[in-house]
This record gives sequence, structure tokens and C-alpha cells, in this order.
Amino acid sequence: MNLSKDLMAASSTPLVLGVIAEGETYGYEIVKRVEELSGGKLQWTDGMLYPLLHRLEKQGFLISRWHVGDSNRKRKYYAITEDGRKTLCEQQQQWQIINQALNKVWCDIQRSGSHDIEFA
Amino acid sequence: MISNSPNLFDLEQSITQWRQFVLRRSAIVSDDADELESHLRDQIDAFMAQGLHADEAFLIATKRIGNLEAVSHEFAEVHTGRLWQNLVFNQQGASWSKDVLIALGFAVVAALLFQLPRLLGFNPEQHEWVYARNISLFCLPVLAGYWVVKRQLDSRAWWLIVATVGLFAIAMNAFPWQRISDTGDLAVLHLPIVLWFLVGVMYTGNWWQTDARRMDFIRFSGEYAIYFVLIALGGGVLTALTIGLFAFIGFDIEFFAQQWLIPSGAMGAVVIVGWLVDMKKGAVENMAPVLARIFTPLFTLLLISFLAVLLVSGRAFDMQRDVLIGLDAMLIIVLGLVLYSVSSREPSAPAGLFDTLQLLLVLSALSINLVALSAMSDRIFAMGITPNRLAALGENCILLISLSGYAWYYFGLIRGAHGFAPLERWQTRMVPVYVAWAAMVVLVLPIVFDFG
Repeated sequence: MNLSKDLMAASSTPLVLGVIAEGETYGYEIVKRVEELSGGKLQWTDGMLYPLLHRLEKQGFLISRWHVGDSNRKRKYYAITEDGRKTLCEQQQQWQIINQALNKVWCDIQRSGSHDIEFA
Repeated sequence: MISNSPNLFDLEQSITQWRQFVLRRSAIVSDDADELESHLRDQIDAFMAQGLHADEAFLIATKRIGNLEAVSHEFAEVHTGRLWQNLVFNQQGASWSKDVLIALGFAVVAALLFQLPRLLGFNPEQHEWVYARNISLFCLPVLAGYWVVKRQLDSRAWWLIVATVGLFAIAMNAFPWQRISDTGDLAVLHLPIVLWFLVGVMYTGNWWQTDARRMDFIRFSGEYAIYFVLIALGGGVLTALTIGLFAFIGFDIEFFAQQWLIPSGAMGAVVIVGWLVDMKKGAVENMAPVLARIFTPLFTLLLISFLAVLLVSGRAFDMQRDVLIGLDAMLIIVLGLVLYSVSSREPSAPAGLFDTLQLLLVLSALSINLVALSAMSDRIFAMGITPNRLAALGENCILLISLSGYAWYYFGLIRGAHGFAPLERWQTRMVPVYVAWAAMVVLVLPIVFDFG
């Protein structure tokens, strides 16, 4: 199933912030983690992640540093800031509202659907 | 260039080309390319761990990075300034001023270090040898330290700097040099090469690990030389004006200028120029390559005509000391020219006229190198070995190896036997050889010749 572009775009910021809130990490790991979290259903174009990371950094939600890890590969690590956590929290609440609303309406549809069957 | 057979696939070369391709977009700067490249390498490693061939892994990994046009479009939206900031400084706002402060801090440290021996009772006027032997130790390690901070390297980097400086400071100051010491002069000349390599290791930010970063450092070195000369000229004019103006109103500050202002200013400039070159990279970048392009034909002409005159007049084997020194200096400049030409060349471009010209330059330098070598060995057989002759002999031998390699790979490139990557690799692999020889001259030669 392909997720719609708009939905991907809207969910990418809270997802990225959420993954980074789990601990300082770098781009490749973020992509892997998101794939894992979505059971492989959410596949980003890898390159698009980096402009997003830069945007979030520019907005002050992330800070970055270059670090040469054990594998001697130079990577740019991102960590979440206080502002980032606040934003993540707000986003979480917003998504929960939408989530609840959607859940309710789907429950209602199902219930009215089964009523229809009873009446028939 | 992706070949059909997996055995012939050169992963490093493909990644380098991909990186060049990424960097062609003005919204993507070299830091972003670094980031994308490390992503690509991680992805390739993962695919290869699953059993894919290098070429398959590379193809899928680049595919997954996505459409570079779209990615660069996104970058351009995030970093709106980039598209025309080629005209101004590279970074904006806070981080810019922080950079300035860091660079200034390191420059002040270098400037103060130069004055440090005064505390021990030395001054440049009476103890000029103390200063001559240590001058590169005052400034270049500080520049290396600046890169440690800028590249966010860990404490190993600091230990490496401390150990290197300690080793060479002990050698330069504790060796019992004779009063007139050729090996001492040679050590003073060769120490900066070793320390410049230390700067390079830190500059690459990944411990001299990848050819791409090594090439970046070679480019950096070229720009650095040009900027340093420009700033030195400006500093000279400023100092002369300062002395003149104070002289008008009856103050003689020449002593102050010579003892404090000029040397400390020069030490500080070593760091400031490093910062400036890195800031301006992507802007005026290509200064050194342009000069290399202009001077390559001229040097080729000079070398060929010199060679012709030597052969016609039959004076090839009768060369005196001054001539040999001049020749060696010229060969080193030629090597520098080749270095910059190679580092400025677009790696994926097909072999062209300029490559043939380069081959011609290398071949004529090689011939002169052989003439110099034969003259040198004549002198050594006739008059015995001295520190200067041994140092020159070693340098000529290394030049012979290096230039032969350049000639071989340029020939292969022009013939179409391989791409440009082997040439780059040869170039970057030779750098440690030059440095090892320079370290030998500083550390071992004096001991062999009893510090004379």
C-alpha cells in the first residue's frame, strides 16, 4: 500500500523528531528506524530526509555535530533540543486528536453499517 | 562509469563521481555532500552484507537516495541564501561569528606562542637560531588544533598534536647542533612539510581516510599559499604605513614592529588564512587551478628549451651546486603545478588536450630530474657525501618515483586504459612518502652526520 504524499509529508516531522528523541543519531539510522517502526510500509526517498533535518535544525529543534564513530566513518549526528521536545509534544497532541476523531468516526460507521444489516 | 563485470567495478571511483555530480548543484555544499556520501556508504555496506555485488549495491543505494534534482530543490528551499552566497561568506549569523571568534582565539594563541621564548630569556634579535628552528612549531600545530575544533575530532587528535610537537620540539632544541650546521638548515626547511601534513590529517576530519578528503586538502593547500601571499602583502603595506605615520609624529616604533607586530602578526595570519580559505571555498575556489592552467604550458616550454640547450651545449654532466639547487627548486614547483592541475580536474571528463600537455610537462620534468640525478651522483662520487647532497639525492629519487607514476597514469588516461581515479589515488598516496622523507631529514639525517 502506498501512503499518500501529503500524509507522508505531514507525518515526517513528528516521526523524525520522535526517532531523534530516542537518542542522538544520524540520517541512515533514522531511515532504518522509521522502516522498522512502520514494519517496512513507510519508505522514504532517503535523500529527502536531509533537507528536512536541516530545516528542523534551522528552526532550532535539532542540533548537529560531526563525529567520527568507531567505523572511522564521518557522520553528522543530530540531537533534539528543548524546543524540539516541545514541538514534538504539541505534534503528539495534535495527532492524537486526529487519531481519536478518526477512530470515533470509523467506529460509528461500523456500528451504523451493522445496524443497516439488522434492519434489512 | 559502471562496467559490466563486477570485478572491474571501482566502487571508490563511482562514489567519487557520484559526489561530484551531487556537488554540481549550487544549493548543495560540500558538508551536505559529505552527509549524503556517508549515507550512501552505509547503505552500500548494508546491501553488500546481504550478499550483493559492489556494483549492484551502488546502483540500488544511489537509486534510494532519490532524484537529485528534487533533493537539491529541497535543499535550496531550506538554505535560500546559498544560491547567490557564492559572492559572500559561506555561513550566516550565529555560527559565522562563532567561527570568527574560534579562529581569532587560535590566531592569538599562535601569536603569543611566538613571544613565549622571551619568558625564557630569548629574543629574536640575539637568538635568531632558536626562532628559526622553532618558528613552524609556533604556528602550524595551532592551525592543526583549529581544525580539531572545527571538525569536532576527539581527544586522540589532541594527543597526536601534542606528541608530534613534543617529538620535533625535542629534536629541534635538544640536538647538539654544531655552530654552522647544514643538517640544522635542512631540518628547518623540512620541518614545515611534516607539520603541514599534521594540519592535513586534522583538516580532512576523518584521519586522512578517503581520497576525496585528501584531494580536498591538496586544494586547500593551493588556495592557502595564494591567500597567505596576498595577506602578507597587505600586512607589509599596513606595517610600513604604521611605521611611517608614527615616524611623522616623532615616534620610532620600528623596533616594536620588528620584534612584536610582524612576527606575531605572521603567526596569527597562519591560522586566519586557514579559516578564510575554508570559508571561501566554493567561492573563489579555483584560484590555484587557474594559475596552474596558465603556468603549465609556460613551464613546459621552459623545461623543454632548458633541456634542449643542455643537450646541445653538452653541459648536462658538468653542473655546479647552484644550478642543481635551482633545478631542484624548479622541479618541486613543477610537482606543485601538477598537484594542483590534478586536483582541479573534473574526474569524469574524458582525456583532453590539457592532459597531453600535462604529460609533456611531467615527461620533461622527468628528463631534467634524470639529468640532475646523474650530475648529483657524479658529485657524490667525486667529492664524497654531505648532508646537502644526501638530502638532494633523496628528494630527486622520490621525485623520480612520483613523476614516473604521474607519467604512467597520464599515459594510461590518454590512451583510455583507465579513468582519472588511479591518477588521483597515486597523487594522494605519494603525499605520505614526501612527509616520511621530510621527517627522516629532520630526525635521522642530523644524527647520521653528527649534527654538522
